[in-house]
Amino acid sequence: MRKSLNILLVGVGGQGTILATRVLAKAAQEAGYDIKVSEIKGMAQRGGSVVTQVRLGEKVYSPLIAEGSADVILAFEKMEALRWLPYLKQDGHIIINDQAIAPVPVLTGAAVYPEDCLERVKQLACHTMVVDALNIAVDCGNPKAANVVLMGMLAKRLPITKETWLKALKARVPERFIDVNLKAFEQGFNL
Amino acid sequence: MKELLSGNAAIARGAFEAGITVAAGYPGTPSTEILENFAKYPDIYAQWSPNEKVALEVGAGASIAGARVLVTMKHVGVNVAADPLFTLSYTGVNGGLILISADDPGMHSSQNEQDNRFYALMNKIPCLEPSDSQEAKDMVAQGLEISEQFDTPVMLRLTTRVSHSQSFVEIEEPGPKNIRPYTKDPLKYVMVPAYGRLRRIFLEERTAQLKAYSENCPLNFIEWGDRNVGVITSGISYHYIKEALPNASVLKLGFTHPLPENLIKEFAAGVERLVVVEELEPFLELQIKALGLTVHGKDLLPSYGELSASIIARSLAPLGGIAVAEEYLAQPEVIAASETPLPGRPPVMCAGCPHRGVFYTLQKNKLVVSGDIGCYTLGSMSPLNAMDTCICMGASIGAALGMEKANPDMARRTVAVIGDSTFLHSGVTGLIDVVYNGGTSTVLILDNRTTAMTGHQENPATGSTLMGKPAPEVDLEALVRAIGVKRVRTVDPLNLKELDQAVKEETAAMEPSVIVVRRPCALLKKAITSEPAEVNKEICINCGICLKLGCPAISRQEDKAPPHVTAIQCNGCGLCLQVCPKGALVKRGEENA
Repeated sequence: MRKSLNILLVGVGGQGTILATRVLAKAAQEAGYDIKVSEIKGMAQRGGSVVTQVRLGEKVYSPLIAEGSADVILAFEKMEALRWLPYLKQDGHIIINDQAIAPVPVLTGAAVYPEDCLERVKQLACHTMVVDALNIAVDCGNPKAANVVLMGMLAKRLPITKETWLKALKARVPERFIDVNLKAFEQGFNL
Repeated sequence: MKELLSGNAAIARGAFEAGITVAAGYPGTPSTEILENFAKYPDIYAQWSPNEKVALEVGAGASIAGARVLVTMKHVGVNVAADPLFTLSYTGVNGGLILISADDPGMHSSQNEQDNRFYALMNKIPCLEPSDSQEAKDMVAQGLEISEQFDTPVMLRLTTRVSHSQSFVEIEEPGPKNIRPYTKDPLKYVMVPAYGRLRRIFLEERTAQLKAYSENCPLNFIEWGDRNVGVITSGISYHYIKEALPNASVLKLGFTHPLPENLIKEFAAGVERLVVVEELEPFLELQIKALGLTVHGKDLLPSYGELSASIIARSLAPLGGIAVAEEYLAQPEVIAASETPLPGRPPVMCAGCPHRGVFYTLQKNKLVVSGDIGCYTLGSMSPLNAMDTCICMGASIGAALGMEKANPDMARRTVAVIGDSTFLHSGVTGLIDVVYNGGTSTVLILDNRTTAMTGHQENPATGSTLMGKPAPEVDLEALVRAIGVKRVRTVDPLNLKELDQAVKEETAAMEPSVIVVRRPCALLKKAITSEPAEVNKEICINCGICLKLGCPAISRQEDKAPPHVTAIQCNGCGLCLQVCPKGALVKRGEENA
């Protein structure tokens, strides 16, 4: 029986977590997993936190990931990485996009952005990877492909073949953006 | 073919496959995507109604005329639709009718947390509760069969976690779309007292028949396991139980009103102890206790918020004699993220949002703001802090009138704010009350040309329908004049001076007034964008007034540094240019002008 996997995608509205989830789910479906995805939307478009929980396994019941039980956290924003760290397994992997998006309390001066959040995550988690996905995506031709760079990094660390990922990517990304996204995926995969 | 679908998309698919041809609703999280998905299928009709009451009335008519019908709304929408619902239970249906009530445990996007299964009890109608997307789809077809067989509307009760979670669904070919013949039947459809009394007796007969049906309904089933503890559950909690108590005996109820009393007694007799696990109210528990059975339930589990496998495991472990999954039982060795709490990331009005200038102006004028439901409720948040009340859809106007009647001093310093869609939903009647009863309130209708909060749905003032057909636009100014408001003006919320003047003059006036504040939502394609703003650091005195707008595009890059505009976020609305006392904020490329 295949090991079940809990993957948490965290970020800020507008960062492309929804498309990333669709690609991940498609790849997992192709690979024969049972899947549950839980997405709480509603406020996302207005700059709120976005959290997507993806659970893969032979048979998955609950769509929710409990604290301390995520195998991988894919953080699209670095303070969100720190915020959701309690969900990571002791030996889990956290992949962090090196991007800061200040929330309104920080913008108005009511709170301070924790500049040391990457260092704190690195101290606390055993497997931390930090990547400047935005810059890599810009090099690939479109800053919006940062999410797919991160998907590439996730793909390398999951027991799903690269061919399956590429198939899923082609199935879920609009055709006119496919070249940029294939490039972005490749860059992430090779990191 | 299997597809990964959200509960909402599965309901839409189920409606299409089961031959539903008419659907109506009002947007509300977590129900909105059901109609948005359904509207894309061929050979069906779907519409947004001005509110949930009208949607259910449209559904009632369509059912009486012979179609299979879907009506969708969030939990609080059922309050609005309760009037037709209570009597629709009496008339029953012709074509099957499914009412979706999408409840929101945990209040992810709602003003309250109510358990609408009690509506099914009070209305004497069947209630179905799916636990995942496949069940959600299947229960549409099953619900229609029940509706037509027993002559009753059927409530299909979702929760946010079922609506917005995705799981595999078997996609099938759509069945035939049969319209039943219409026959005039006043004894059934004209609910005057004499006929109503006859139908009242029918309700009791129907309930007895439904009880018998629920005993053998395949939606209710027992999974025997460890007989020491038996769990009775419904909805998403079933999946949490399967993980938290993998060996427990489970009675899974999909048909939760009226309850299968004999099946419950049979299950109770087969186990040592009974526990009811359900989110929100003790709906099942109270009825099971009424059967004379001893059960645990809300003595161990919370009656608010969402449940989870962890909450269930930790709550039930003290009972003893029950195998609880270790992974959920042990407080995991959680990595402590932070000793000091991190800054929150609350939702915020977008850069260029037309509401921002309104709340900036209301705050500056120190007005009492009777608020309403929509994106603009975010005006209550810091740094604008410009809202005093928010109760329910449409409440702003009536509440403003009440404030004035209680304390005449408040009349000159109170305004109601309400969006275009919310005004048409249930604000119109409040405004009629103001005019009729001699109020002097000032009402700001924030017309951003869409129903924004729920994700940009069309409404009667936008000029388009759910199915993308052009529609007449309600003329808001003409409408409020027809009600009897004499002082009506229209302003652009990006013109702060004009807006400020309008607010000052209208609150001073000793008669009712309406200010239509019109500007499309910044996220709409028709929104006007302009060159982004930037700060001329040589002129900026770092007073921080621009930061009081709460615009996500303006920030200090470092502590105490002068404000900076993030060009990629700014849509050039120009508000910050107007509030800067020194003219340090300029349109990009114009700083030397």
